[in-house]
Amino acid sequence: MTQAPDTTPLVKIRDIRIDGRSDETWLPIIKGVNLTLQRGQVLGLIGESGAGKSTLGLAAMGYTRDGVRISGGSVEFDGIDLLTASAAVKRDLLGKRIAYVAQSAAASFNPAHRLIDQHVEAPVQHGIAGRKDSAEDGIALYRKLRLPNPEEIGFRYPHQVSGGQLQRAMTAMAMSCRPDLIIFDEPTTALDVTTQIEVLSAIRDIVAQYNTAAIYITHDLAVVAQMADRIKVLLRGEEVETADTRTMLTAPVQDYTKSLWAVRSFERPAKPAVQKGTVPLVTVQNVDAAYGKEKVLHDVSFDIHAGRTVAVVGESGSGKSTTARCITGLLPPIAGQILFDGAPLPPDYRKRSKDQLRQIQMIYQMADTALNPRMSVGQIIARPVQFYLGLTGKAKRQRVDALLNQIELDPAEYYNRLPSELSGGQKQRIGIARALAAEPRFIICDEVTSALDQLVAEGILRLLARLQDELSLSYMFITHDLATVRAIADEVVVMKDGHVVEQGPKAEMFRPPHHAYTDLLLSSVPEMDPDWLSNLLAERGVDNIGDAAVNKL
Amino acid sequence: MGNVLTIILQRLALGFLTLLVVSVVIFVAVNLLPGDFAQSILGQGATPESVAAIRRDLGLDQPMVARYFSWLGGALQGDFGSSFAQASFANFTGSDSGAGSVAQQIAPRFANTMFLAAVSAAIAVPFALVLGVLAALYRNSIFDRATNIFTLSSISSPEFFLAYVLILFLAVLNPILPSVSNIFADMAFSDRLEKTLLPALTLTLVVTAHMMRMTRAAIINLLSSPYIEMARLKGMSPLRVIVHHALPNALAPIINVVAINLAYLITGVVVVEVVFVYPGIGQLFVDSVKFRDIPVVQACCLIFAAAYILLNLTADIMSILSNPRLRHPK
Repeated sequence: MTQAPDTTPLVKIRDIRIDGRSDETWLPIIKGVNLTLQRGQVLGLIGESGAGKSTLGLAAMGYTRDGVRISGGSVEFDGIDLLTASAAVKRDLLGKRIAYVAQSAAASFNPAHRLIDQHVEAPVQHGIAGRKDSAEDGIALYRKLRLPNPEEIGFRYPHQVSGGQLQRAMTAMAMSCRPDLIIFDEPTTALDVTTQIEVLSAIRDIVAQYNTAAIYITHDLAVVAQMADRIKVLLRGEEVETADTRTMLTAPVQDYTKSLWAVRSFERPAKPAVQKGTVPLVTVQNVDAAYGKEKVLHDVSFDIHAGRTVAVVGESGSGKSTTARCITGLLPPIAGQILFDGAPLPPDYRKRSKDQLRQIQMIYQMADTALNPRMSVGQIIARPVQFYLGLTGKAKRQRVDALLNQIELDPAEYYNRLPSELSGGQKQRIGIARALAAEPRFIICDEVTSALDQLVAEGILRLLARLQDELSLSYMFITHDLATVRAIADEVVVMKDGHVVEQGPKAEMFRPPHHAYTDLLLSSVPEMDPDWLSNLLAERGVDNIGDAAVNKL
Repeated sequence: MGNVLTIILQRLALGFLTLLVVSVVIFVAVNLLPGDFAQSILGQGATPESVAAIRRDLGLDQPMVARYFSWLGGALQGDFGSSFAQASFANFTGSDSGAGSVAQQIAPRFANTMFLAAVSAAIAVPFALVLGVLAALYRNSIFDRATNIFTLSSISSPEFFLAYVLILFLAVLNPILPSVSNIFADMAFSDRLEKTLLPALTLTLVVTAHMMRMTRAAIINLLSSPYIEMARLKGMSPLRVIVHHALPNALAPIINVVAINLAYLITGVVVVEVVFVYPGIGQLFVDSVKFRDIPVVQACCLIFAAAYILLNLTADIMSILSNPRLRHPK
């Protein structure tokens, strides 16, 4: 007779209500959500930023951040009520039976201690294993997670280890006591695609190997499709729907879920090829650039034609933003030149005329920090209007209103608002309006959608596409997200380590054969197919993905 | 490590340069003091001839630049010249002229001051750090508030007041400690310590607040960091979170505040010395200014400046060493 499977859930959250303090009042963050997790199961928690994913994940550990309180409902872990349990009881569970993997491993490892010392802390303090045994186990886990140099890497400090490796070391640390439950809070969001894939496969392996239950929090649907058995969708603190992964992907019930799924389908048709002999609007010609003595750009050349979008892709540190700095004149190149309409631009922005400056504008990744928090929306947009076009008084106001209309924000409502009174997407729109105010012909968009949720990001991309058609703008689109490239680019430039490794029209880019690095980048982008990661691993083998493959090139 | 060594050597060179600049400032400032030694010692009987004679004897008639360089040259070799007051006294009695050297006059006083500073620091620094850590641990509790009120009131009260309160409670009402700290050269260490304890306690009250509050603030500042949250989520006790995870990362600002307070203990204790009749360098300094005994004033100033520079330098270097990024470069 076989033993009946243990059906008591590991985590049982019922009608949980969580408030966050804002000024002097408590506002609800989570409005009555239920969550059940069986042993060995992986639950994916998805939603936009502000949906309360992390708050719910932490609540499953019986933990709330400062300024957050649980106002109702219950959280049970293996029959223990975490909301009424004493601090000592909870401390005994945390780290030992419930572990946490944070979004930014670089910030979540203590900079003052070596990795291995942080790894053994939980087992030693919880009295599970001695220092020595636990350190040996750590090395074994590092090896399982395919960290390079497992014997030695633990003796380094966090700043001496790369982001992807730290994220795996943190997963190893979470595993140090062989917990029953791990909360993964966006563990790969901050990583490059090629690094992400390695971390994903490492996490998936180790979770399966030890039959650990997990709550996997992310905003990336394709990632959650690889990792989770079941998916729960959250929207503004409420559950939208829950289903097992395949059902959720193939047959979502709710409109909101469907709209999330549909985002990735936005793709504007590529424009016809440029006629031979046309003078490009911007030409980057054999540019070398350096920060101090360290050379970061090597012979970079590409053209951007009028009315076209060139996407510059590559991982962090590949020289994308540096190229933008050369074009804007913030970083004068040490060799080569920038041509605008066929005429060379002075290398240093201080030597450029006002009209030359006006033609090239920038939109930044972090709209939060790119807008002066003490200036109203109207002032922010009026500044370039007055500076470049010399408009004042009523004419200035009219121009600002027109610009606000162009970015689909009502001037009457938004003119006097401060940036702190805007959502992330609205801030980015203000950034766009500020760039448009100069009436440029060329705009550099530096990762403009990477800090935004998918629905909002799609709105921004559609807006940029519309503005391009109306005003025949040219864009240089810096991004590491290939979905964005697919959506908006006409041509693609792939960069790696300061070199251009491949360039050409979008259609060619997404069709083989291409440069090995481009191939690696493309193949590393998670797809919505839940079998994608398994298939890829089967097809290529663990040694031919991620950083390991990059190093081989 | 080569990296750190270069930084240390750079700082040392810079420190020496600062000291040189300070020596110019001291020399000029002291020489700008109104009145001079000859006039103040001769008092009402000063005739132009006798004033000129004394000035000539002491070299005060030389141009300032020449006097600066002869002073600096001497100071570099550890010779701070002769005390004016001692020199003239020696002339009257005809005794050995070596007794008038500034170095000889300052040395025992400086040793006493260093002893007092060391005893005070040995009490105050651990006391302040422990209080700071506990205040951070029980932040916003009654204990935290009481600690803050206590240290803030002690730093806000005049030093002589604190001294008299301590004398009242520890010497008069409960005669545990002596109220007068008349220490001399060949005293046993334990006696010396006993006599020094009351001024040291007074100084402890004066300097604790600054160090304690910086410790508390530096730790609390880090408590919202992701790695502190991580430590909590690993189930670590609040004390361990603060001592093991927050404190090592909060050391740099704490070290700097400790250094400033140590420098204060060496240079700013005149009032406490006067109250307890403690024969330290502060009293000597004030007396020398009163008599326009320029060589002694200059030497004291230079020692004070050197103490500040040296302690800040040490603090800089220790802050650098407390940063693993600099200790273990990539």
